Amino acid sequence: MFRSSSSATQVARPFRAKLRRTFATVQDPPVRHYGGLKDQDRIFTNAFCRHDHGLKGAMSRGDWHRTKDIILKGDSWIIQTIKDSGLRGRGGAGFPSGLKWSFMNKPGWEKDPRPRYLVVNADEGEPGTCKDREIMRGDPHKLVEGCLVAGRAMNASAAYIYIRGEFYQEASHVQQAITEAYKAGLLGKDACGSGYSFDVYLHRGAGAYICGEETALIESLEGKQGKPRLKPPFPADVGLFGCPTTVANVETVAVAPTICRRGGPWFASFGRKRNEGTKLFCISGHVNNPCVVEEEMSIPLKDLIEKHCGGVRGGWDNLLGIIPGGSSVPVIPPKVCAEVLMDYDSLKDAQTGLGTGAVIVMDKSTDIVKAIARFAHFYKHESCGQCTPCREGTTWMMNMMDRFVEGRGHHREIDMLLELTKQIEGRTICALGDAAAWPIQGLMRHFRPEVESRITKFRMEHGPVLFGGRLKSQTDPTLALPDNLGANLPEPEAALSPPPP
Amino acid sequence: MFAARLPKRLPLHRARVPARSISATACRKSDALFVHRDTPYNNPKIPFAFNEENMKRAQEIISHYPPQYKKAAVIPLLDLGQRQNKGWTSISVMNYVAKLLEMPPMRVYEVATFYTMFNREPIGEHFVQVCTTTPCMLRGSYEILDTVCSHLGGLHPGDTTKDGKFTVIEVECQGACSNAPMMVVGDDFYEDLTPETTKKVIDAFAKGEKPKPGPQSGRHTSENSAGLTTLTSKPYGPGEFCTPEFS
Repeated sequence: MFRSSSSATQVARPFRAKLRRTFATVQDPPVRHYGGLKDQDRIFTNAFCRHDHGLKGAMSRGDWHRTKDIILKGDSWIIQTIKDSGLRGRGGAGFPSGLKWSFMNKPGWEKDPRPRYLVVNADEGEPGTCKDREIMRGDPHKLVEGCLVAGRAMNASAAYIYIRGEFYQEASHVQQAITEAYKAGLLGKDACGSGYSFDVYLHRGAGAYICGEETALIESLEGKQGKPRLKPPFPADVGLFGCPTTVANVETVAVAPTICRRGGPWFASFGRKRNEGTKLFCISGHVNNPCVVEEEMSIPLKDLIEKHCGGVRGGWDNLLGIIPGGSSVPVIPPKVCAEVLMDYDSLKDAQTGLGTGAVIVMDKSTDIVKAIARFAHFYKHESCGQCTPCREGTTWMMNMMDRFVEGRGHHREIDMLLELTKQIEGRTICALGDAAAWPIQGLMRHFRPEVESRITKFRMEHGPVLFGGRLKSQTDPTLALPDNLGANLPEPEAALSPPPP
Repeated sequence: MFAARLPKRLPLHRARVPARSISATACRKSDALFVHRDTPYNNPKIPFAFNEENMKRAQEIISHYPPQYKKAAVIPLLDLGQRQNKGWTSISVMNYVAKLLEMPPMRVYEVATFYTMFNREPIGEHFVQVCTTTPCMLRGSYEILDTVCSHLGGLHPGDTTKDGKFTVIEVECQGACSNAPMMVVGDDFYEDLTPETTKKVIDAFAKGEKPKPGPQSGRHTSENSAGLTTLTSKPYGPGEFCTPEFS
């Protein structure tokens, strides 16, 4: 067959000799390195408040540029663009935004006479998180314009921006932006001259972390205690003032106009598949230069810290652990930190989460048990008290963690604490119970030997400790001691060996 | 700091007691009492009403909400009342807001006790709130808290100075973690503190000045203090890099 081939193959022969292929080869796909976002692709160009945050400055940075055309494109176009961009909610849960917004436009929504609301969650209270603050004081117009665009997508009639009460300066910047936008005719009856009527109101909270939960936020906005509601009905059916409502994070809303102008594919070109986009990361704790920075999703955690924060204090080898997404996610040890990418999926695989993108770095000088115990205090303080597992459990966890800080406890109590966290997790109306449980689970997953050695050390110094922290030496010898207090348990082997230096 | 609370709870000298006596659980002190007790400075007979300017603001705030949901304005109005009432929310303020919004007073009490920003006891002229949650703690916020307390004459968190100028409390995360450690005085954030700069800020307030809010270390906001790593070029203008439709 080959011999009788046409002249064309004969011509090709010399080339063939060069490119002789013996085995079937698969070309390696090019390795893509994430990170290294250019300034021209950053959305929040005034994140550091180095320019004018007012309307004039905002317009010179491209805000409110042809917003009218975006509005006139209609709801389905905006939602499709957001879906194409792959934007996922930036408040922590990471739900696809386009899909969430489309829940507002159920078939037959036009027949519903109720007003419809967009509520912007600016109740940024997660320890470690300070990204929305930079948006609201540097680029408030992006947020206000985002309200209009997102509001148009879900056919909302008004937007409420619920900002935490402590953010006074930020609230005044946003209020200034809203006032300017009304004056310039960008909001109101005929927003941007498109004929679409839209109002934006600012609502200041009064200091409750739980109001960052979407239904608690709605309750709070209605002038009640911020106690989460049971779902269903979901806010998209019955939300604020009994009307269809969607709650979205500041960052999610504020990126929408830029995505619409620059196109979904542009936004989707950053980050790994299903984790597309750019994101504000806030790095705090033991790095040389803590900062807030907008970077590409999927940037390796190590790169993020080395490139933008001057590295870990005392070098990467001095790292003890990193909490990659705010107080609610488990801590990860240095080995994992070196490999993990900053996106939803990679961090989920590492048994933690992206959360709000708040990176809390801890170096070897940190008392990790104390750091997590402080979180337990935080959650105890912020539990709204509605569900019993969370209300009682957070107090229990706090007390136990406080004892573990000095090692006053029994080795078996670690497992009791873990069981306690499992009993809280998933048994409450909102996710605060889970959020309180995860840091402790993360601590025990990666730093259990540290806790155990403290307990051992304490027992070496003070003798046996009963469950609940009472020293056996302080019990009344004339009274019988119930067995369930753990006083008469054989000492675990670890406690008998000398404590590590 | 919080670990120091532990020993208090431990039963002491139990072994010395020959026989068991009837015991009662000790009264548990929360960070603030949730029950109102009439006192000479805080009782419903003390009159309170918005002044003209605040009344105008209140009307403006109420107009933001649907007319049948006037009560949605309760948090902003309580805040307004607190500002007018020297920084704390007395029972009269709550009653007045309840009347203004036509809602049962108990609903207002519920709100006022739930949210931590409503002080139900009088506070000093300058309300110093030091954040001590983990991100701040990692950067030494307990040192800052101790500095503030000792600099104001050995206060404990929650106390007011004798001259009524300062109240110091320990608060949870204030959302300025990249600028840790930080404290809030009144409405303003003072960030990137060291014990020295903390003393400076406190001294300035004591003298009646108002130091510049924001980072006290010389950086502008939350950028990298060793020089910008991002946003170094001029921001792009309207229509740049947009799709052809919007350019």
